[in-house]
Amino acid sequence: MKKFPPWLSNILMPFVGIVVTLVLWQAISGRVVQSRQPDGTMEESKAGLLKDLPGPITTWEKTRKYVVEPFAKREELDQGILRFTWYSLVIVAKGYAIALALGTPLGFLLGLSKSFTKMFDPIIQILRPVSPLAWMPLGVVLFSNTGRAANELAALFTIAVCAMWPTVLNTAVGVRAIPQDYLNVARVLKLSRWQTLRRIMIPATLPYMFTGYRLSLGIAWLVIVAVEMLTGRIGIGNFLWNEYNNGLYTSIVLCIVTIGVVGFLLDRAMSLLERRFKTA
Amino acid sequence: MAFLELKGVSKGFGTFGHRTEVLRDLDLSVERGEFVAIVGYSGSGKTTLINLIAGLQLPDSGTVSINDLEVTGPGPDRGIVFQNYSLLPWLTVRENIALAVDQLFPNWSAARKRQHIDHHVGLVGLSHAVDRRPAELSGGMRQRVSVARALAMDPQVLLLDEPLGALDALTRATLQDEIGRIGSASGKTIVLITNDPDEGILMADRIIPLGAGPGATLGPSIVVDLERPRDRKALNHDPRFKAIRAEIVRWLLGPGAHKSTSVSRKLVLPDLEPEDLDLPRTLFGVKRVARRRSEQVRENIELR
Ligand SMILES: Nc1ncnc2c1ncn2[C@@H]1O[C@H](COP(=O)(O)OP(=O)(O)O)[C@@H](O)[C@H]1O
Ligand SMILES: [Mg+2]
Repeated sequence: MKKFPPWLSNILMPFVGIVVTLVLWQAISGRVVQSRQPDGTMEESKAGLLKDLPGPITTWEKTRKYVVEPFAKREELDQGILRFTWYSLVIVAKGYAIALALGTPLGFLLGLSKSFTKMFDPIIQILRPVSPLAWMPLGVVLFSNTGRAANELAALFTIAVCAMWPTVLNTAVGVRAIPQDYLNVARVLKLSRWQTLRRIMIPATLPYMFTGYRLSLGIAWLVIVAVEMLTGRIGIGNFLWNEYNNGLYTSIVLCIVTIGVVGFLLDRAMSLLERRFKTA
Repeated sequence: MAFLELKGVSKGFGTFGHRTEVLRDLDLSVERGEFVAIVGYSGSGKTTLINLIAGLQLPDSGTVSINDLEVTGPGPDRGIVFQNYSLLPWLTVRENIALAVDQLFPNWSAARKRQHIDHHVGLVGLSHAVDRRPAELSGGMRQRVSVARALAMDPQVLLLDEPLGALDALTRATLQDEIGRIGSASGKTIVLITNDPDEGILMADRIIPLGAGPGATLGPSIVVDLERPRDRKALNHDPRFKAIRAEIVRWLLGPGAHKSTSVSRKLVLPDLEPEDLDLPRTLFGVKRVARRRSEQVRENIELR
């Protein structure tokens, strides 16, 4: 592989990987075979290693109307794939904002106070692995008396409570990792508590905070499908669920690919941002 | 009474039972405007001593006082140049110094602050790098910024904790001359910590060796009565310079410094049986397993 300059192989190699994956996918997916019955009629049946898995070609043929007009709105449940994605992104953005707004100060408290950590770390460790599928019904119950906003609030609650933890934990680690020297500078200058927080602690913690923010965004996006399935909010997860109920498996594949690509792009964007805050 | 005084200062770390005393019963007095160097082994407690003077740590017993006032905490009257620069990496040179200036002289006009910062950056010869961040500076330049920041605080005492320890020999020599010059010109009281006797002699008015820890004590004070400005090339052949250096080294290597450094560790021999190379190797070179003395079954045959 020495023949290629690095930038070319950086493009070429992933491309090769994608092609290989598509070929493998096509190979194991189901295909339609026609066989002549004894009575002369043609009968269609499926064959293949995974009979019910639509291959890439079938998927493209069946779902192209969602892709070529990505922002179309034909009916409530028949919209372009990016339009569905947009609905989901909006709700994720709101829930994510709540997660950061709660998680960052909580992380600071944990990082600053040993007794606070001792008190609440076990609880955090218990709440952290709880699945969104478990939080969602609680959210619905909690906000059931808010009328039309109930679904939205339950969704925000679930996203926030699931996505918060990486921010909390990374911020806490970042605060604990602030070099004593920086704090000594603050002490020698007699900076006030508020000044020390603003001028020293927050900038010193930023790289860790952004690592947390990136991981939290990943989780927020992961949770959206579950949230939309349970609440019936319009969005890409809800679209996936409806199409499953309609037996349209190609749309499921399209949704999976879209969710994956969007998640990947979000992560890229966040890590660019993260790198900007890395201080040497 | 001297300007800076330490009386019977002891400091240790660790909790009861696992406690090691780092500094034992130190007495030190420094006159106003004096440049004192404390020379000691690494790990002997030099940083601890400077932290005690700075008020970043408090002594277990004894008192530190400046101007007859007991030190109870850190403050801007004692400017420190930390061993590892401790510049804030997200701020430029100007912003790093401005953090100190804004905090200490809040009533100054913006123009005056700016002029004050520019003056001190110029003093250490970094005017061209004033808008760079620490990551874009060499070690020597960072240390200059650190010195400029400490001087810009206009402290009564300047504390330098091995300021040149991490630098290469050439940069070190340049900065020794520079800091020596700036220090004497400022007329400030200066305590320099170093592990290099030559550095101390080149820069200071008086040298006090610090013995090895744990339980390090200060040695006798040795006055450096050499003309300033001191030229390092000429100094190497100066008999007075050699005599002073010999005195410092003698004390550091002598019984005074080593009182408390006897090795109390018991050496434990490895618990492996030596391999008998006379035994033929097995055909496939199967590794012989190392045998441990403690695992050997011992049979005592008693002969009657
Ligand atoms: N905060 C601390 N807690 C425990 N031990 C410490 C602490 N600070 C320093 N020590 C110990 O005190 C000794 C002297 O440290 P230090 O003052 O940094 O030495 P030096 O600056 O002369 O190299 C070392 O053995 C170090 O392990
Ligand atoms: Mg030190």
